[in-house]
Parts: sequence; C-alpha cells; structure tokens
Amino acid sequence: MGDQFQEELVIRPLHSGDIYASFQFRTMWDTDFLRGSKVSHYRLFPKSLGQVISKFSVRELHISFTQGYWRTMQWGQPFLPSPPGAELWVWFQDTVTDVDGAWKELTNVLSGIFCASLNFIDSTNTVQPSASFKPLGLGNVTDQRFLRYAVLPREIVCTENLTPWKKLLPCGSKAGLAVLMKSEKLFHSSFHSQALHFRPVCQDWKCKSTVWELRQTLNVVFDLHTSGQGKREWSLFKMFSRTLTEACPLASSSKVYVDVTDNPQGELFELSPTTPLLSQAVVLGDRRTYSVYDLTNQATFGQTRSLNMLLRWRAAERDMLRPLLHGERYVAGYGLQTGEIHTLMYNNHPYRAFPVLLLDTVPWYLRLYIHTLTVTSKGRDNKPSYIHYQPSKDRLRPHLLEMLVQLPPNSVTEVTMQFERALLKWTEYTPDPNHGFYVGSSVISALVPSVVAMDTNSTRECPLFSSFFPCKEESSYFMRVYTEPLLVNLPTPDFSMPYNVICLTCTVVAVGYGSLYNLLTRTFQVEEPSPGLAKRLANIIRRLRGVPLL
Amino acid sequence: MGLLSDPNRRRALTKLLTRLNAPICGMPVDWLVKTMQSRGLEVFTQSFTRKLPFPDENKERYMVRGTNVYGILRAPRAPRTEALVLSAPCSEGNNNNQAVGLLLGLAQYFRSQIHWAKDIIFLVNEHDLIGMQAWLEGYHHTNTTGGDWSPLQGRGGSIQAALSLELSSDVITSLDLVLEGLNGQLPNLDLANLFYAFCQKIGVLCTIQGKLQRNDWDTTSGYSHAAQTMMLMVLKQASGRPWGDHGLFLRYHIEAASIRGINSFRQYKTDTTTIGRLLEGMYRKLNNLLERLHQSYFFYLMPSLSRFVSIGYYMPAFGLLAVILLLRALDLWVQLGASPPGTEDGPSSPGVLSILTPVVISHMTGVALYTLPILSQEMAVQHFPVSETEAVVLTAIAIYTAGLALPHNTHRLLQGEGTEEGWRVLKLVALLYLAVLLGCTALINFSLGFILALSLVPIAAFITPHTPKALSAAIMVLLSPGCTLLYCVFVFQELQETPVSLQDGWMLFLSVISQGILDHALYGSLVYPLLALLIYPCWLLLWNILFWK
Repeated sequence: MGDQFQEELVIRPLHSGDIYASFQFRTMWDTDFLRGSKVSHYRLFPKSLGQVISKFSVRELHISFTQGYWRTMQWGQPFLPSPPGAELWVWFQDTVTDVDGAWKELTNVLSGIFCASLNFIDSTNTVQPSASFKPLGLGNVTDQRFLRYAVLPREIVCTENLTPWKKLLPCGSKAGLAVLMKSEKLFHSSFHSQALHFRPVCQDWKCKSTVWELRQTLNVVFDLHTSGQGKREWSLFKMFSRTLTEACPLASSSKVYVDVTDNPQGELFELSPTTPLLSQAVVLGDRRTYSVYDLTNQATFGQTRSLNMLLRWRAAERDMLRPLLHGERYVAGYGLQTGEIHTLMYNNHPYRAFPVLLLDTVPWYLRLYIHTLTVTSKGRDNKPSYIHYQPSKDRLRPHLLEMLVQLPPNSVTEVTMQFERALLKWTEYTPDPNHGFYVGSSVISALVPSVVAMDTNSTRECPLFSSFFPCKEESSYFMRVYTEPLLVNLPTPDFSMPYNVICLTCTVVAVGYGSLYNLLTRTFQVEEPSPGLAKRLANIIRRLRGVPLL
Repeated sequence: MGLLSDPNRRRALTKLLTRLNAPICGMPVDWLVKTMQSRGLEVFTQSFTRKLPFPDENKERYMVRGTNVYGILRAPRAPRTEALVLSAPCSEGNNNNQAVGLLLGLAQYFRSQIHWAKDIIFLVNEHDLIGMQAWLEGYHHTNTTGGDWSPLQGRGGSIQAALSLELSSDVITSLDLVLEGLNGQLPNLDLANLFYAFCQKIGVLCTIQGKLQRNDWDTTSGYSHAAQTMMLMVLKQASGRPWGDHGLFLRYHIEAASIRGINSFRQYKTDTTTIGRLLEGMYRKLNNLLERLHQSYFFYLMPSLSRFVSIGYYMPAFGLLAVILLLRALDLWVQLGASPPGTEDGPSSPGVLSILTPVVISHMTGVALYTLPILSQEMAVQHFPVSETEAVVLTAIAIYTAGLALPHNTHRLLQGEGTEEGWRVLKLVALLYLAVLLGCTALINFSLGFILALSLVPIAAFITPHTPKALSAAIMVLLSPGCTLLYCVFVFQELQETPVSLQDGWMLFLSVISQGILDHALYGSLVYPLLALLIYPCWLLLWNILFWK
C-alpha cells in the first residue's frame, strides 16, 4: 500500500460570531521499524521524526502546543482538546527497559525538533496516569509503566514552534492547505493550538497489518471583534490573508469542509461559492452536515483559479452554550499559608448520569491535604468508585490524583482539596517569583452519552476530524476536557535587597578592585618604536664604521 | 439623615422593609447583562442578600438584597490565569451613572484590542461595599462574615490589580485617589505612582484626600498644607474602614485603589474621554506587568500625591513613644525588686488574686462592650423610645461609662487593703500589656497605633494612686479611647474644611460608633473589637490603679 498523505480543513462558524478553523494532516507510514531492521528510506514521512521514533522505540506519541484556553461555553467542543501550554504523553514499546532514561532523552530531542522548552520536563512534572491516558492506537498495552505524561502550562507558543511543525508536512508550506498558515494571521487570534499525534493503526478494513499514522492538527479560532472588526463576515482571505489555489500534489485527498448543520436553508448565514457536495459525519455525539470542497478537482477553483470561501451571517444570536460536559477550576481562600483547589465538573445532560475520570497533577510545592478531599454533587457526598493517589516527594515528583466519579444528570460536582504552600529554598524560585507558580490543567476524560448512534467501524472512510478517538460502542463517545491552569502565589522573600547587594558588590569588585589589581600587578615599560628600514641600514653601516649609532 | 432624627419614622420604615423583605433597589440588571453581552463580554450575575445586625441609618439599609453584574473580557490566547478588575458601584440614589457608562464604553473599546494578556473583569456592584464583599467572597470562595451569596459562574484566575471608579457628578474637575482600605491596609505605592504619572501625562488635575499638591514646600503654608493632607490620611487609615470599594480587595493581596471624580466648581473641567484615556493607559500598564506589584512600598503616608513618608521615617516616632512604656516598666521592676520585704507577716507580696481580679473584671467589661450592644438592641427598643441603631450606640456608650465604676466593684470583691506593692505589680502588668498591644497595632495599622499611643502613653506613664484624684481622673477620662475618638471626629472635620458645631459633632460621633460596629459585622474590620476587647480593658486597668486603696 505504501505511504499516503491526506489533508483537510474544517471550518465551523460559531454562534458567538467567531470562526473556528481546524487543519488536519495525516501521513501514513508503512514500515516496520520495530523488527530491528534499520529504516533508511523515507517517502512522505518526515525523516527527523521517524529516526527519533525508531531510536526510542516509541509506540504512541502525542504532543500539543496551545496558546489560549478553549472557551467551551462559547465555542462548544473542539475536535481535539488540548491544555494551555505544552502537553506531551508517550507510550513506549514494551521492549524498552529504561523508560525513564528514554523519556528524558526523548524530551530533549523533541525540544530541539520543536524549538520548545520541553527539556524542562523532568521527574517533578512527569506522572504515570493509571487510567486517564489509554493508548489511542492499536494494541492493548495497558501497563502504565510504559506511559509518561507531562504538561508545561507556562510554555508560550509562537512562530518558532510553528515553523518546525510545518516542515514535517510533505509539501511544507509551499502547496496545499498549508499555504494558509501564515504566522502573522494565525497568532492574531483568540486561540491557537498545534498538535502532533503518532500511533499505530490498521492498514485496511481487514486490519491484518498495522501502519503508523502521523496526524498533525492545527486549530485556530478567529475573534469577531479583534480579527473580524466586528463584522459577521468571514472569508479565507480575511482569516489567513491567502486563498487556496491548489492541493498538495502529494496528497491523495485534499478537502475543505464547512459546517452547515444549523444552516440547511441558508437562513443563518450565506456561503459562497456554493458546492453541491454534502457530507455527513458523526462528530462528538452529533450528526453534522458539511459542505465539501474537493481541492483535487479543478472545478472547485472556478474561473479565478483560486478558492476564497465567503461566509456572511444573516442573523445575530449569541447565547451561552450548555455543553454536556465542562470543567472549571480555581483556587479559593486568601493569604499565603493555605488554600483550597476547587474543581467543578458540570454534567448538563438532562437525564443521563455518566462516569468521568479526573486526573489532577499538582506540583510538590503545594502540599495537598488529601484527608480534606471532598466530592459533592447536588449538596450530597459523592463517593468516587476508584481513587488512585500517589503522594508527592519534595523536589522529586508531583502529586498524582485520579478518580472515577459518577456525575448525576443535570448537576455540578465539586471536588475540593486543601493545600499548604511550601517555602522554597531561595535558589528554587523562578526569576519572576511574584508572578506565581503554575499548576497544570486537570484532565477530565469521559464516555459521554451520545444523541445519535456512533460509528464503531473505525476503518470506514470518514473525514479525518471525526475519526480520531476510537469508538467502542454506539451509545457513547469519548471526550476529554481540560480545565484552566492555576496560578498560585507562594510565600516569596523580598529579593530586592539581596539582589541589590549582589549587584552592588559585583560592580564594586569588578570596577574598583579589578582596576586596582590591574594597576598593582602590571609592570610598565616604555616601548621603543621599531626604527624604519633606512635607519636600520644606516645603523648597520655606522656599526661597521665604528661610529655611534643613531 | 441624623441618627436621632425622628426615631418613630425610622423604626416604621425599618419594620416595613423587614416585613416586605424586599429592597426598593433598582439596578437595571437585565439591561446591563444585555449591553455587556452585545459588547462581546462573557456576562455573569451574582445575587446576594445580607441582613445587617441593626439598621444602617447613614445609608438607610437593613435587609439588603442585590445583584452584581460582571462581564469578563477574555484576553486572546491567554489561559485564564490572571485578571484585572474595573468596578463601578451602582445603586439607587447614588448617581454613579457616569462611571457605569464609562465602564461600558471602555469595555467596548478594550474588546477590539488584541494586546490584552490578562482577562479584564468589568464589575458593576450593587450596594457598594456589601456587593463588593459578596463578589470577592464569591470569587475566592470564602465566607468570613456570614453573608449569603450565590456562587460565581465565571472566573478569570488570580486578580492582579483592581480599580474602582466613582464619578458622582456630571461635571468633573479633578480626580481624587483613595488608597485607604480595610484595617488600614494600603495598596502598593506603585499604583499611586502610576495614577500620578498618567495624570501628569494627560494633564488631569489629581488630588489625594481632596487636596491639590502645592509646590511651595519650603514655605510655612505649603508645609502645613502637606501636613494637613498627611493628617487626613492618618485619621482615615486609623479608622480601619474601607474608604472606597477598593478597600476590600486588599485582604486578598490584590492591589487596588478608588478613583473618584470630584466637582469642586473650578474652571478646569475634565471630560469623560480624558478619564477614559487615563484608565486605558493605566490598564495597559497593568496588563504589561509580568509580576504583581511588589517592588515598591506597602507602608507609607502621603503628604501629597508625588511625595511619601516611608516606614523608616515614621516608625521611630512610634518607637520613641513605646520606649517610654518599657522604661517605666523597667523602673517599676527595679523598684519592686529593691523594695525591702517590709513587714515579715504572711503574704508580703501581693496575692495573685489582687492582680487577677481587676484584670479579669476589666476584660469582662470589654466583652460586655463588644457583645451586649447588638444583643440587647431588641430589649432596649421595647423599653425606650429609640430606634435600633440608637439603642446599639447608646448601649455601647452606657457600658463604656459604667466601666468607670469598676474600681468600686473590684474593691468589693477584694478583701482587705490594696498594698503599695499591689498597684505597682498591676501597673507593671498594664504597662507591658499596653506596650505589646500598641506595638502589634502599629505594625498592622500604624496610624491607629500612633493615635492610641499619643493618648494612652502619657496617662500610662504618670498614673499612680498618689496623684491628686480629681485632676487625674478628669485627665484620664479626657484621654480615654472614647474621647480620643470624639476629638478625631472634630479634627477630621476641621481638616476637611467642613467644621461642625458641637451638636453636629456629637451626632457624627454617634454615627461613627455605629459605623464602626457595622464595619466589623459586615466586612470584618478589626478596630471595634480591638478597642472594645483590648484597649478599653487596658485603660480600665490604669483607671483601677488611680483608685487603688
């Protein structure tokens, strides 16, 4: 079958007037790097990544860089959720003996590939979740010894991360959908997230052999007021300051989808140019209808040889959405001694209860009082049916708390836990200690009851954005929600005095003592300028003649 | 508005309000929600109810029910970890419409900007401080004073700084900066500097304590002007009450200040656009901060907006006062050690009981002063023709005065004569007690500690049972904490250039007492319990020494 490349752009107009664009690129890699045979032939798959993956025997790799927080209440659910900052989780092959060593090397290598501070991942922010992060690809390795998960909530994503990410595409940003990715536009948005997922999948519907799938996604939300100048009118040009002229020549399929589910008769917005192609897909528990533009078909580009879709809203409505599941988190209390972490989980389903897995990773410098853990829904105690807690070790590893909680229908479940703020050693403070310390997002993973029957046949041809999370049963779908990260202030000594003293001392030493030492140890002598050639000749002659030299 | 004016009418109104259980308020909640939504904010509301321990006659409220409306401007590509707050109080009667309008205008303008790195929360709070208290407690999920509020739905992470805007008049001639918060806490001085710098840049008249800055520092009048400004700050800080809606933020380590538009009928007028530019500048500066404001001073007194007196300069003044107490205590200690055992019969040293009894009785009086006024208001209202508020204040004054009879009661409990050594030991205890008390108070709230030290240290130093009784008693009463409060009221009015007559001053004094008790009950101000439970008993100990037998 060989390698294969597909590209896709999904555009979903949001009720708030914003617009959501999601790029999906899939590269299939038909190889067998596990058998020890050294792979040296690369067609579409990026070599830089392939070498890393085969060297470290990676089974699954998921990495995301996100700038901003996904506003579930306004935008609904994203196709692929990701927490603010950088997130990395890796399943290693069960042949790896030194997982920690491989993890450390891998993060450093990835840090170089993506120009990100992934090298700051160490044992103090790495955990091994027992249930929240199951492999998404083939194979049923469930031993968490081979899993590593880390989040860097403070990581800032910018152009230097986008460029290496774009270079992994077979066409780069030269052709196809990737020409739209101009960083000056992508970073003039409300939300920006780029991710990369590597996993083994079935080769065909018979699933006799596996191939490796590299999926690159980029999600971006453009704001109505800042990018759209308040006008409810969007076009590809307005969003990306580019239009589409061709598909990537290496791509086997190249499509643009526009979500027109709420707009069957065109009463909500007007879409031009129109396309006869419609596609239906079950996404996030809902059957959606999409207008499809096939870029491999020349007719799509029309007379002007360029595709610039225009979306013009007719009606303006803005109501907060009631997503089935969403989460919130905040720090309660005041003062710098103790505090309380509150995590709220909303189940807005009118009559179905469903279980969720909550994963909390808290750095060691917040000392959790686990005996104060309470879970309440509707004013009553809600006993988690499964709790996995791993206490922290100072300066070694973070707290890990995983819970399986049943969310009653139409309710808010509140998880609270008190903590004490530790006093750090003075060298452990960051250069900006008064900014605060970050606590990564907690992760809520759930099987949410679906409105329509989900498609369990994972091998059937369907749009890329609808087929990421494998679906095991028809009645529910998998969903992951990230809460906001926390910024916590720790008791901070006043660094200004020592800082001033150190600066002053260094200056005095450098300027005063340095110059004095210089003066004392240097020997001075008058250097005679070397005489010219004529003078030297004259002197030789004079010496021969025996007269005094000049 | 006077405290004693027509008690019957007042009581009738209060009863009506209590029975209806509904306020006459009218903040246009729905309109605000709709307007904020149309400006692209995430809008949430919070409702709260609060029953005051007794009716507040200054603001005419008892059962308070209201709604806070706030809209969050989500910063693009920010993870909801930091926020700034701009608030404007809005209630029936107080015409802060200008500020609410400006707030909405700024919200719309800020929304179209891409450079925000922190979420900005636009808050319209009803019933000024009560609404603000409810909102802040809701935001931080604490409950320190037993209010009843609905939980907040949307948050923006940890709040870095806040400004409260009050424009009570249509014509604004100058902007006044209010810094004094709950329990005399002050925001970081950099916030004041930021305000001053922008006023200078934009060319707005700015004042502090309602007083303009003068440039003639070296002249006598210039100096006294600055001294008056600083005295006003000292008095306001000592009161321990929040002097603007910003005052409650400080407990949560959020730097906050109130900006108050003043119409002083000068020629110079400032239009709303200019104030908007000023606020935009300040918010962009605050937005760019990587860390919380922490570099500058938290303890300062301001003789003008551009000058400050740092803690290093004013603390020695207090230290010198406190040293008097310690030296006196040392002197007594030496005397006690040196004095010969005297007659060698039985209990030569004064019994523990003779010291403990006055200490315990004084503190019991303090506890009575702290608890009884509110507990006994119903009984007082039934038996006397007074309103609840008057009942509370007058009961407090009555208990305070009744404390003067304490030495008599103490002696009844003690058998036999008080010895010479007895009063010395008691005075030693009182001196050390006062020194510790004043020292701790001055660390938390310098102004309060300093004013108390000024009035209490002289009597503590010189009082003995051998001084002329009548004269000493008169001086002691005149320098007691209650009378100090009365003087402070007059001095404050004088400094504000609104002198009052004796009658009005007395009214003001009564209302200040009721406000102090209310501040404690509503916002957790510590001045009333400090005075009632600690300072007053300490003064009673000294009073006891004067009448030692």
